[in-house]
Amino acid sequence: MTIAAARDGIVSSTGGAGVQDYLALLKPRVMSLVVFTAFVGMAVAPGGLHPLIAATAILAIAIGAGAAGALNMWFDADIDALMSRTANRPIPRGRIAPGEALGFGLVLSAFAVTTLALLVNGVAAALLAFTIIFYVVVYTMWLKRLTPQNIVIGGAAGAFPPMIGWAAVTGSVSLEAWVMFAIIFLWTPPHFWALALYKQSDYEAAGIPMLPNVAGDRATQNQVLCYSVVLALAGLTPVAIGMAGWVFGAAAVGLGIGFVALAVRLWRATDPKAMRALARRMFGFSMFYLFAIFVALLADNLIAAGALA
Amino acid sequence: MSAALTETDRQARNRRRRSIAIALALAAFALLFYVATIVKMGPSILDRPL
Repeated sequence: MTIAAARDGIVSSTGGAGVQDYLALLKPRVMSLVVFTAFVGMAVAPGGLHPLIAATAILAIAIGAGAAGALNMWFDADIDALMSRTANRPIPRGRIAPGEALGFGLVLSAFAVTTLALLVNGVAAALLAFTIIFYVVVYTMWLKRLTPQNIVIGGAAGAFPPMIGWAAVTGSVSLEAWVMFAIIFLWTPPHFWALALYKQSDYEAAGIPMLPNVAGDRATQNQVLCYSVVLALAGLTPVAIGMAGWVFGAAAVGLGIGFVALAVRLWRATDPKAMRALARRMFGFSMFYLFAIFVALLADNLIAAGALA
Repeated sequence: MSAALTETDRQARNRRRRSIAIALALAAFALLFYVATIVKMGPSILDRPL
């Protein structure tokens, strides 16, 4: 199927979508990672928030991230229909019309940003609005179909949530917030290029210029290794700037060694089948890495505050 | 002349569920703003003279 045929196959109106279809538009799995990293950003920030205001901030960030996901699915419905990973999303499946997803995404974006501005603070709201616009306009509409560097630059959108969490508490953005941003930003390329290595045919069918399709496996394996080394080093910066102690440092060293070791194995793989299996493993480990490094940051902070002593 | 559009049972059921979900979300939103206003400004917000 071509992109034009996929576009023709998308319904213009359904009326039959259930609540669960609208929930699927919010990309709940991505949202859970956003909520978690934003929560850690809030937890490690100096100062405090009333629990209700903190919960409101997390809710607004979650809804904002979900709205960005809905707008992404609205714009990408044609290529989503061509890829096995995304063909079951509500729009290509004919459950929700693109216009319905667009309206849903825009209304939720407005609600999320307004709520954050009125009940939390303007800096956090401005960052959330910027993140949504960056993800939808810069990544989805512009870079994704244009350049193999799409996820490098677009990765910034996924890196903002802990910074928004930090800003929700402090009302500003400081070096610590940028360090959390940098960890997710540098984690994104090896994470998505590992996926692109074993889902290459999907991206080929949809005409998305992911690095393996454009530059080949070898160039991608090289890039994954380079980013993994830089990520492992960036994982130590919270210790270097005094934001975290030895508990986090030990976890960051262990996780970083694990990440680089897998990247080296992937880099050495020459057999396409073995390489794809390693890429799949690398993708799975990268998700564990991000989750674990933020858990470690949270735990280190709680220990320093005496909560776990 | 086009045939009249009729709603299937599934569409009607899903529309009703969507309406209930929107109503609940709006009610929760209103309640959140009510409680958050008191949290941010204190209970004295209720005692202000008009």
